[in-house]
Amino acid sequence: MAKLNREEVERIAELAKLTLTDAEKDMFQEQLSNILEYAEMLQQVDTTGIPPTTSALPINNVMRPDELSLSLPNEEALRNAPDAEDGSFKVRAVLD
Amino acid sequence: MELYSLTIHEAQEQLRQGVTTSVELTESVLERIDAVEDKVGAYISLQPEIALRMAEMADERRAVGEDRPLLGIPLGIKDTIITHGVPTTAASKILEGFTPPFDATAIDRLRQDGAVFIGKTNCDEFAMGSSTEYSAFHPTRNPRNLNCVPGGSSGGSAAAVGADEAFGTLGSDTGGSVRLPASFCGVVGLKPTYGRVSRYGLIAFGSSLDQIGPITKDVEDAAILLNAIAGHDPRDSTSVNAPVPNYVDDMKQGDGLKGVKVGIPQEYFTDGMEPGVAQTVRTAIDHLASLGAELVEVSLPNTQYGIPAYYIVATAEASANLSRYDGVRFGLRHDGGDMWNTYNETREAGFGPEVKRRIMLGTYALSAGYYDAYYLQAQKVRTLLRRDFEQAFEKVDVMVSPVAPMVAFEINAKVDDPLQMYLTDVLTVSLNLAGVCGISLPCGFSEGMPVGLQIIGPALGESTILRTAYQYEQTTDWHRQKAVL
Repeated sequence: MAKLNREEVERIAELAKLTLTDAEKDMFQEQLSNILEYAEMLQQVDTTGIPPTTSALPINNVMRPDELSLSLPNEEALRNAPDAEDGSFKVRAVLD
Repeated sequence: MELYSLTIHEAQEQLRQGVTTSVELTESVLERIDAVEDKVGAYISLQPEIALRMAEMADERRAVGEDRPLLGIPLGIKDTIITHGVPTTAASKILEGFTPPFDATAIDRLRQDGAVFIGKTNCDEFAMGSSTEYSAFHPTRNPRNLNCVPGGSSGGSAAAVGADEAFGTLGSDTGGSVRLPASFCGVVGLKPTYGRVSRYGLIAFGSSLDQIGPITKDVEDAAILLNAIAGHDPRDSTSVNAPVPNYVDDMKQGDGLKGVKVGIPQEYFTDGMEPGVAQTVRTAIDHLASLGAELVEVSLPNTQYGIPAYYIVATAEASANLSRYDGVRFGLRHDGGDMWNTYNETREAGFGPEVKRRIMLGTYALSAGYYDAYYLQAQKVRTLLRRDFEQAFEKVDVMVSPVAPMVAFEINAKVDDPLQMYLTDVLTVSLNLAGVCGISLPCGFSEGMPVGLQIIGPALGESTILRTAYQYEQTTDWHRQKAVL
């Protein structure tokens, strides 16, 4: 069941926004299938009525007062940008 | 004795007595780096000028009467931890040239304490790996045997300490990445309780698992560094708002290990373990008993599910965290003609094979039709693993085990077999899933390579594991048997 076929590898790569080479697709098909087969053992565990753990901490919904504080100056935030213009990050057109 | 071979607390004592200066300590470490770094490759980048300037400032602060435990102490910082004005790559091509405009909270605290930063240490790309061979830049070699890996992912941090190329370092531990390299290099590594140290400015891998931790030459140094970096941070909503004790004082309390119940989890001594590792750790456990500890057999029955649960949860979180590397705000951009192709080609060019493998695995585990079977099931198994620890800690104060079923392996031995690489972490990942703390300290040698003793504590049990480790260390001398380079 777990063994991945080529189309599934391509589908995951598309979801993950990775352009894989043919050699990478071959490699990942085999390696990910092996890993997923190993992970199949999780299916043996009876988890009826067991809640999932999303965090090891007993805390959630941490709030803070909605107060203004200092933030990164615009030019600092843009300093590492591959492309910037007029105080903004510049990207390729989203809509044609 | 050369200055660079001192521990943090020994160097601190010499600074207090005016026998040496921070500039002298820094120069000594920089000379040591000049002499051995070609062989070890512990660092991705070095900042000697910045380090010497920080050392001068530390000496000035001391001259006007300031005295803090880390004032003037030269440290190395794992390259997954953000340092203001100093390039930070997480050992990935996708962040090459990235110069952070802010400090991680742990770095900010060390800066206030007057520590000196020498350089950024090597690691597996985005901390994904167990050998430091997945660094996009170069592998790091184990200072005990240059043909062997230093462990990972904080291999540079452990090798730097083991080779006296830093007085101490910070690493990060998502599934064993501080403890494993500490074990392989024969130094001390501590993974704090989840939330004990702020993750603000730690480049995210698995956000529900990641913790920054110290790697040091001895247990007291680990306590000193933990004192400096632990504590609540409003910038990290998962940091724990609990008082921080003085770990150095706490560690020295008690009469030997009298009254300490030490659990031995039977599932952590498996048939697949190298016999020399099992024997060495058994001898160390007998030594704890001779110090007054009461040994108790305990069981962590879901241990075998730790690796599959971890590699589903961690990769799922990683696949989401690493979606930020899109070539827009920082790092590499490969123009692909349009928006989607620019994303795809940037990521294809910027990520190495292990990172892609984990993004793929995590994306699959979260994708429609597989979410329940993999990710949700792994999170439920995580609950069972947590309960294992909770039940064991009703009976004992700490638990002990090896850090890994093997000593450091040869370079290239596992690099093409990801599943075998993952199994290296079989005795460390469950602590991260449960959120508890653990320390690795040297307890002997097998086949000439160091063996690490893992001491596991409950949530916020750092004082107890440090005390146990300290008592062991005070009555043995494994930590003084240094690598010869």
